[in-house]
Amino acid sequence: MSTSPSEVAAPASRTSRWLAQARFETATTLRHGEQLLVAIVLPALALVGLTLSDSPELGAGRRIDLATAGVLALAVVSTAFTGQAIATGFDRRHGVLRFLGATPLGREGLIAGKLGAVALVVGVQLLLLGLLAACFGWHPEPSGLVPALVTVALGAAAFLSLAMLLAGTVRAEAVLALANLAWVLLLGLGILLPTDRLPGALASIAGLLPSGALGDGLRAALVHGQWPLAQWLVLLVWTGVAGSAAARWFHWSD
Amino acid sequence: MSAVEVVGLRRDVGAVRAVDDASWSAQSGAVTAVLGPNGAGKTTTMECLEGLQRPTAGTARVLGVDPWRAPAEHRARIGVMLQDGGLPVSTTARRLLRHVARLHRFPADVTTLMTRLDLERVGDRSVRRLSGGERQRVALAAALVGRPEVAFLDEPTAGLDPHARLEVWDLVRETAQSAAVVVTTHSFEEAERLADHVVIMNLGRVVAEGSLAEVCDGRSLEERYFSLTRGVRR
Repeated sequence: MSTSPSEVAAPASRTSRWLAQARFETATTLRHGEQLLVAIVLPALALVGLTLSDSPELGAGRRIDLATAGVLALAVVSTAFTGQAIATGFDRRHGVLRFLGATPLGREGLIAGKLGAVALVVGVQLLLLGLLAACFGWHPEPSGLVPALVTVALGAAAFLSLAMLLAGTVRAEAVLALANLAWVLLLGLGILLPTDRLPGALASIAGLLPSGALGDGLRAALVHGQWPLAQWLVLLVWTGVAGSAAARWFHWSD
Repeated sequence: MSAVEVVGLRRDVGAVRAVDDASWSAQSGAVTAVLGPNGAGKTTTMECLEGLQRPTAGTARVLGVDPWRAPAEHRARIGVMLQDGGLPVSTTARRLLRHVARLHRFPADVTTLMTRLDLERVGDRSVRRLSGGERQRVALAAALVGRPEVAFLDEPTAGLDPHARLEVWDLVRETAQSAAVVVTTHSFEEAERLADHVVIMNLGRVVAEGSLAEVCDGRSLEERYFSLTRGVRR
């Protein structure tokens, strides 16, 4: 066996390294029972529950269409925020970020890998949840598919930025508690429940939250075939603010 | 040129001066052992050399490069084993080592490396379920899988049983035939059996550096260590 250096020790190409990390993170997520529960099982249960019941009121439009848009928003939050915040928080605790940062992957490769992994897992979620919704009669508005994909991408970017901010600044146990608490609270702040169903000022506030922008944006696109420009702007602002804050305050070690 | 050069290195962590005007070097083809009590600045120095901490003053050079924010081309030439392992716990040892190998263009063979470190039988077990000694060996394999020109191994045999420790020593010696290996340790036996070059640190400063014979100066390493560090044997 040889662990002695080759003539010219060299890294794999940047693309190979980033793809390898995205694949590694995706596989780790999809093999992780708790992550699967949050990413697939709970959104699927939410879809079934909302479809089979009359409560809560979801607004104008077919109930299955409204419910599916909300559940797809929930799937994005589960993967880009809850899953990534918890995984990154504990990776930071265990020194994984420092170790991988010292390999040819580096810090930029870690971030690129997370982006790739979120994209891949969200893709799997959209496919599986979309198929389940189709079994219940989901008919998305065809003209809304492109703006829906844009909304998903912007929503994932905003929530991933928030996940990095949380995971990089708070202890792992607190990340676990806060990420799960946020997941529950956001259900009612625009993700499953449209913001216009909320009372008074809360509706306005929720509309400015990334949860409201993502949920309402997906409903506008998939149910009404609209291009939700206002919601995109909200998501872009959250991405910029949270991303800048994460870049400034993220600690690579606990 | 030395593979590793530390010149007047200082590293302040908050109000604490973790490393204070430290200077030493390590050569390719040799094992350098860095000893010192807890808090002596060994790990901080290693992390400056690994590019994980930025020196407050002075210089750290590895293969002639400033490791802080060094590019991937430099990091591919370096192997790092952190004191706390740095292993993701939700994957298996085999998947992790294959992943790290994929980050390099000319990696060592993962299966052979695992066999050498007696990891084959636990290779498909989650890292979370490995014993401390098994995790140590996975971390060592991860540091060596890129076939580094310089390997920084922070306490590589901590928690290992005597058989595993001998195997690790053999592998470290073998790696050092063509690389610079820097090892931190609390074990006098490990330093005496492995090291061509010894650095002793205390309270952030280098208090001795040289070959084992030069540092010991006719006494045992243990005696010399205690006389140079706390002054009294605790």
